[in-house]
Amino acid sequence: MIALLLRDLRLAVRAGGGFGLGLAFFLIVIILVPFGVGPQVDLLTRIAPGILWVASLLAALLSLDRIFALDFEDGSLGLLATSPLPLEGAALMKALAHWITTGLPLTLVAPALGFLLSLAPEAYSYLLLSLLLGTPALSMIGTFGAALTVGLRRGGLLLSLLVLPLYVPTLIFGAEAVRRGADGLDATGALILLGTITAGCFALLPFATAATLRMNLR
Amino acid sequence: MSFWEYANPKKFMGWTAPVLPYVFGAAALCLTIGLIWGFFFTPDDFRQGSTVKIIYLHVPAATMATGTWFMMLAASLIWVVRRHHVSALAARAAAPIGLTMTLIGLLTGAIWGQPMWGTYWAWDPRLTSFLILFLFYLGYIAMWEAIEDPDTAADLTSVLCMVGSVFAILSRYAVNFWNQGLHQGASLSLDAEEHVSDVFWQPLVICIVGFVLLFVGLVLMRTRTEIRARRIRALEARARRA
Repeated sequence: MIALLLRDLRLAVRAGGGFGLGLAFFLIVIILVPFGVGPQVDLLTRIAPGILWVASLLAALLSLDRIFALDFEDGSLGLLATSPLPLEGAALMKALAHWITTGLPLTLVAPALGFLLSLAPEAYSYLLLSLLLGTPALSMIGTFGAALTVGLRRGGLLLSLLVLPLYVPTLIFGAEAVRRGADGLDATGALILLGTITAGCFALLPFATAATLRMNLR
Repeated sequence: MSFWEYANPKKFMGWTAPVLPYVFGAAALCLTIGLIWGFFFTPDDFRQGSTVKIIYLHVPAATMATGTWFMMLAASLIWVVRRHHVSALAARAAAPIGLTMTLIGLLTGAIWGQPMWGTYWAWDPRLTSFLILFLFYLGYIAMWEAIEDPDTAADLTSVLCMVGSVFAILSRYAVNFWNQGLHQGASLSLDAEEHVSDVFWQPLVICIVGFVLLFVGLVLMRTRTEIRARRIRALEARARRA
């Protein structure tokens, strides 16, 4: 399992494109928002938590179709399925690799981009914490979506249509935690629920992902 | 003679053909009685005036929108466990109906909301979760359309339906957390204190029965179409091989 994780990480870093692309996309979306809504600081401060969360969600979406597509095309997914490692474990590692290459960098960069949107000073710790808790769920749900669409030639658009509604609860709790943090309210409830979603996704979705992969490989 | 024998496509075609006209007839009867009674023979509400009468379309459509998803979930489970093709086809046939019902619920709600709440749309938990349900239906239908192999399509969509159900319920409660509601509570419940007055309640129940019958009829008809489409595919494949 560790070998698979390391292989995916190496591929993501060396094969270029995907790794930095998500981050660049995140940056561009955040920069575009003030152009769209105008440079008033108080307005930006109000919408910053939501914008940061929506942008990181879209950035995570961008690299989803790469999770299984290349392995499916060159046949290594079939090898993975017949290897002694359970496919559930492989699915889990794929999601983890996706998180390390997109979710984690996004989380680390987000506070810096918070400055651009003049996020309230109290909200930074909540932003970091909520992204740290929430982005793994985004990766795991996305891996499930990628497994559903792996056999399709033009799966990318369908993938976003399938995955975005599944992201709703994570987005609600994540953005709500940051908003409450910014308003100086108690955000523990939102953070706990966010963590629950992540834990639930990692406990159950690997099985669904492995099942869909088997259906697609049949 | 077990219940599952009706899932045999040939048997299914056999028993649905004579049953369909009765189902549609009963649906038409219920809807005619319910709607005419509701629209012309119930008093206006003392605060809402005559706009209250949209309830006879809104509530049944909304009930069927969620009910359809549960029916699809049950059909998907049956497909995964017992692999009855009719079951998968019924789930496929039901999805566009559910989509339409969701749309009817949203539109009638918007039309009612404009004079009553002063807005067509509010980010209220119930409204929002219906919009999310609408997106789930879209994704489900798109998934069916995208996959060519019918068995793989049935497998994948049933997994999507099951996972989607969990997330749909999750979203339903998540939006509660996110915003306080503008929408009123349940119109119908077993707790008599809560639900609407009897004058409105009786025609409403007839309308709901009518919508359920209409739904059953449409699902049966669309499933028959799907079975015929499947047969044509099989015949064409055989002709190509010969």
